[in-house]
Amino acid sequence: MSTTPSLELRNLQVQYAVRGIKKDVLRGVSFSIAPGEAYGLVGESGCGKSTAAFAAMRYLPRNGKISGGQILFEGNDMTAMSADEVSNLRKSAISMVYQNPIAALNPTVRIGDQVAEVFELLGESESDAMKHAAEALARVQIADVDSVMRRYPHQLSGGMAQRVVIAMALATNPRLLVMDEPTTGLDATVEAEVLDLVRDLRRETGTAVLFISHNLGVIRHMCDRVGVLYAGSLVEQGTTEEIFNNPSHPYTVGLLRCIPRGGLHKNTDRLDTILGTPPALGAKFDGCVFVDRCVLVEDRCRASMPEPAQVGPQHMARCFHHDKAQSMPRAIDAVQVSVSAPASRPTTGTRLLDIDHLSKAFTQEGRTVRVVNDVSLSVGVGETLGLVGESGAGKTTIAKLILGLTGSDNGSNVVLDGKTLAATLSKRDVADVGAMQIVFQNPDQALNRRHSVTRIVSRAVQKLRGFNSNESDDRAHELLSGMRVEASLHSARPTQLSGGLKQRVAISRAFAGSPQLVVCDEPTSALDVSVQATILNLLVDLQKQDGTSFIFISHDLGVVRYISDKIAVLYLGRVVEFGDSNQVFGGPHHPYTEALLSSVPNIDGSVRKRIPLAGTVPSPSNPPSGCVLNPRCPRMAGSGVEGLCTTVEPELKEVEPGHFMRCHIPFDQLRATQQS
Amino acid sequence: MNTSTSAARSKSNEERKTIRAERLKLLRRNKAFLVGAVILGFWIFIAAFGSFIAPHAYDAMDFMAVSKKPSSRYLFGTNKLGQDVFSRVLAGTQLIVWMSFTATALGTIVGGSLGLAAGYFKGWFDIILMRILEAISAIPVLIVALLAIAALDGQSSSITVGVIGFVFAPNIARTVRAAVLSEAELEYVAAARLRAERTPHILFKEILPNVLPPIIVEFTVRLGYAIFAIATLSFLGAGVETGSPNWGSQISENWAYIFSNIWWPTLFPAAAIASLAVSVNLISDGLLEVFEV
Repeated sequence: MSTTPSLELRNLQVQYAVRGIKKDVLRGVSFSIAPGEAYGLVGESGCGKSTAAFAAMRYLPRNGKISGGQILFEGNDMTAMSADEVSNLRKSAISMVYQNPIAALNPTVRIGDQVAEVFELLGESESDAMKHAAEALARVQIADVDSVMRRYPHQLSGGMAQRVVIAMALATNPRLLVMDEPTTGLDATVEAEVLDLVRDLRRETGTAVLFISHNLGVIRHMCDRVGVLYAGSLVEQGTTEEIFNNPSHPYTVGLLRCIPRGGLHKNTDRLDTILGTPPALGAKFDGCVFVDRCVLVEDRCRASMPEPAQVGPQHMARCFHHDKAQSMPRAIDAVQVSVSAPASRPTTGTRLLDIDHLSKAFTQEGRTVRVVNDVSLSVGVGETLGLVGESGAGKTTIAKLILGLTGSDNGSNVVLDGKTLAATLSKRDVADVGAMQIVFQNPDQALNRRHSVTRIVSRAVQKLRGFNSNESDDRAHELLSGMRVEASLHSARPTQLSGGLKQRVAISRAFAGSPQLVVCDEPTSALDVSVQATILNLLVDLQKQDGTSFIFISHDLGVVRYISDKIAVLYLGRVVEFGDSNQVFGGPHHPYTEALLSSVPNIDGSVRKRIPLAGTVPSPSNPPSGCVLNPRCPRMAGSGVEGLCTTVEPELKEVEPGHFMRCHIPFDQLRATQQS
Repeated sequence: MNTSTSAARSKSNEERKTIRAERLKLLRRNKAFLVGAVILGFWIFIAAFGSFIAPHAYDAMDFMAVSKKPSSRYLFGTNKLGQDVFSRVLAGTQLIVWMSFTATALGTIVGGSLGLAAGYFKGWFDIILMRILEAISAIPVLIVALLAIAALDGQSSSITVGVIGFVFAPNIARTVRAAVLSEAELEYVAAARLRAERTPHILFKEILPNVLPPIIVEFTVRLGYAIFAIATLSFLGAGVETGSPNWGSQISENWAYIFSNIWWPTLFPAAAIASLAVSVNLISDGLLEVFEV
């Protein structure tokens, strides 16, 4: 191609000054994006993805500095431009979409005025600007533009807000659009909608896109070419097909291997990991940046940085061993954990926990909001129950009700090992409290930052097992070492640990009282995929050894499928489908499950037809009559039972042995429509 | 096992020391804090050892030298009774330093405990308690203090300390409550409840250490106000034992003579009050920056 690329980074180096010390963040990154092309940057947190994006707009934080190389926008060197020239480019030719759309919008300005402002900046009159704003919003498929324009950002859902941000970014017909994790934090079905929208708009406008994401599935679906960043260095680059089907850098291979993809299950497959941890910000390297974690490492890798090797016509890998990368040995963390189980447990499969008619209603401004509505589930010994559903489905509330952190409403029953438990924690005896524990999503908040790691775990041992403080300290060290938290870190504070280590400490604490059941509430959502794999492996090991049961909450269906024996799908505080993992994922599905599954961009690249859900999640304070899914149901129209769906709420029925569904449409009819 | 853990202990004790050292380094680089600390340190030293430095007894009268200008014999001059102003300023330090620290500490402990409980329990307890505290803090400090002191015992410094502590408690409670409200939502609190911890443990061992920075800053801010309030009360002749060499009474006894050009018995105690109050405020500014509350 002889045309000038929209954006070209030439050997770009960026440094951040941290307390006066300059640290390398980008170490000579080069890539180019042709007009109309979508280029994806992937990598784990801290590898420099966002820095590359901000550098592309010459919008680095105050302590960041371009220390070498060039940024060419349509052939013009942005590093040599004046501040005015750069700001003119940002006004008319380059736009950016950020991760958190609510934070990107001004909370005090109505949506219409905010979008119009973009046009006013370009010199349009107020009335013209308003007209154009309405057109821009219509372009991102916002249905009732007039009402949205009158609203404030907090009155929009996350997906709607991101559409507005995209509308603003596209308002000026930019020639380059930088998107930094645009769908992270959105629900799967909303994410799918936003991604579809971006793809359509791109086809329409021919804008070049720099797309940044940690989610390989999203990248695979959105991008023409992909660059893999590691420690501020572009280690591999190629067409999307090449990168995913013929990965040639050990890091890329490792990344792809540690994702629990469709079909893998804890009983048959152990997840691969990437050994070690990513280097600290600004670490110095003589050779390849990946040496410390590479299974193929040799002396020459340590001595010098490999030159980019041409693997294919449009495929580069910065590795001496690019031809061997795919056949490299699997990296499995085979070390077994050592957590001694206290007493003998009943055999696997017998019922441990029964939840009957669990309900919770909150009163909000005089209205009753039923967050959890008549949920009945059971968990067997040594089993994992996966809870899936979009935000607001009541997953976390159910966990809190089971644990007694929130008191459930009258009529709810939580039965553990044959014993009915009190609704609130303060009325349960210590043994029952210790029998059920939780691992939270965010270990930063779940560990007291003023206490040492030992103290956090030891105190739990002391309270739940009745040990004295010396014994409990010893037991804490044992537990932590078993979870592979090095002894040298036991007296550190949580803030000194990496995310993965913090989560190991949190798991140690949860297991301190030898619990029978542990709730894992999105335990790996805040972690990178390689760390996620080690945490999942650890949980599986603990379960195999102690026969601990899990309730596993996650929005990542791949993870849930890997770790769960049974799955409950929740919508608006109700169980809509419950069954064995195979039944729920294999189908026939409940219409909601079907839509949810079809919205996940998978990394195998297989194209699945997306079954969209109409509209947005209704408010639990005013649920639709009949089946709560009926206004959005993709399978209701033409099912022949529409009359029932809109008037009568369906019961949770057993449709095949062990498989329950809350749907009026006959099971065989669902099977037939879903197979066609 | 044991050797490795003790090695671990000593190693990360070092790490912890480096964190503390870093915060200290930040404080040492902070000019406001440094200046404030030096001045406050000076006054604390004077409060402790002033009586050894003082060249004269604070109540000794030299009738040969009445209302003398500052000189080498009387550094800050003498007052109308021939008393050495320098020695009287030194002697007055102890009382105001002792009173202001104790009063603020009392207010912080009482207010802090109430704020912790209000922020943690929320609900009716919080609503009623906060309304009562708001009512108390709606009345100006000095008026409450004057009324209370007049009603109780006008000349007792320990009663003054109690009254100021009582009046300060609502403000501190409000600050602490605000910090606790967000802190109690964090999941480590849920984790503590899930190991059957008692409420006092959760309040004082889990939450309190995390809300210390705003408490420390509030303490220094209140300390400044306490110094001011005590000086004002003693200027008005209330709240301290009569005849004690305190700065406020020194000013009130001598300010009328400023018009006769005898400024030194008023200026030096006034400067002492100002420098003490400013030093405390500088420290709170510095802490505010380092803790980023």
